Amino acid sequence: MKTLSATPKIWLSIFALIAGIAWIWISRGEPGSTSEGNLPLPRQGFAAPEFSLETPEGETISLSDLRGRPVLINLWTSWCPPCRTEMPALNRVYQAYRDEGFEILAINSTWQDNQADAIAFAAELGLDFPVLLDLDGQVSRLYQLRSLPTSFFIGKDGVIREVVIGGPMSEALLRIRVEELLKE
Amino acid sequence: MLPVVQIGPLAIQTPGLVILLGLWLGLLLAERYAPRRGVHPNQVDNLVLVTLVSGVIGARLVYAGRYPAAFAASPLSLVSLNPGLLDWVGGAAIGLIAALIYGNRKKMPLLSTLDVLTPLLGVMAVALGVSHLASGNAFGAATDLPWGVHLWGEKRHPSQVYEIVLALIILGVFFPGRSAFLNWKPGAYFFAFMASSSAGYLFLAAFRGDSTLIAGGVRLEQVYAWIILAVCLIALLWLDKIYPAHRPEAPSSKSER
Repeated sequence: MKTLSATPKIWLSIFALIAGIAWIWISRGEPGSTSEGNLPLPRQGFAAPEFSLETPEGETISLSDLRGRPVLINLWTSWCPPCRTEMPALNRVYQAYRDEGFEILAINSTWQDNQADAIAFAAELGLDFPVLLDLDGQVSRLYQLRSLPTSFFIGKDGVIREVVIGGPMSEALLRIRVEELLKE
Repeated sequence: MLPVVQIGPLAIQTPGLVILLGLWLGLLLAERYAPRRGVHPNQVDNLVLVTLVSGVIGARLVYAGRYPAAFAASPLSLVSLNPGLLDWVGGAAIGLIAALIYGNRKKMPLLSTLDVLTPLLGVMAVALGVSHLASGNAFGAATDLPWGVHLWGEKRHPSQVYEIVLALIILGVFFPGRSAFLNWKPGAYFFAFMASSSAGYLFLAAFRGDSTLIAGGVRLEQVYAWIILAVCLIALLWLDKIYPAHRPEAPSSKSER
């Protein structure tokens, strides 16, 4: 096999590296060109889509009411085993950090659950955070729910920091993420 | 985009499944190629297994070391299946150290072993692109070009497709079945593959919509790719120096299991 001698290889390498630097410079992005936080979409780096839902007691809560505070949105049903498993850890973490401004919105995907079962489950665990009822599936669709549970960690600026599809989430994961959000 | 496949009560994360499939196919290819480089296929399997297992355990331990209070409050989280509790950089470093120790103990030739692992990396690069396509990650910048796709609220470059096409082209060029590669100096096949991949990535990263911008709007991912390219080119020149008159290795499979 014919191979290049050393000198042309050195020059080719230098050329490749200079061309690389030139391309990095030519293709640099403008601030705000990376879509981050610009659009409301249910994925990391984008603004959390706005919604309003009611609790079983009839109180309406909007996501925008919580702007300036870190929020965890947790989509769940009472028949989903990992949702049930992670709920006590969610409650412990909420108790530990709510005084620092942390909020959890536990959205029951009621359109694919039984409302009475959902309320009974929340009462059985003595959940301290608000449970919201997604009766017609509007928020589940808005957040492109594909698997239960699904959780969205949202920063004080309303931008989604992380999406966790499936579960159960461990308590350490919850504590670490919440502390990071509170530090921002 | 298909991030989750629901089979009855089981929600399977498609990107993870694609990565596992890529690992399996890549290993099959690497095993076939190994004897031609004088490395026993079982050693390749064991090396990858040792790297992965120690990498994952190391990634969890490093992560726990970064957040001792959270794990002290919930010690069972140490064995949690959450991938979010892994330190990927720490895990990669520990996996690499474990691989070096294993390779050294089994007297595996470093450069030839890197060559043997190259087909695995090639297939994994394709799998990574497919996993990005499934998850919608690594998405493209907004564009008006006719081949733009509607994703995440805008018409964008199909960057995941670019990524797959690039990885397939590089895998095709460096497909291990070609006997010409056997005449290359040990390590040259690996470093040429890595240089091509990093150059391709450096080019394509310009069309990404999720880049991390640093000073002057420079894309951080391109800087990493450039550094890898530079290291690989220097390594290729270094191989010329240490093997000035290389003769092809005779195929052998006598290596120790």
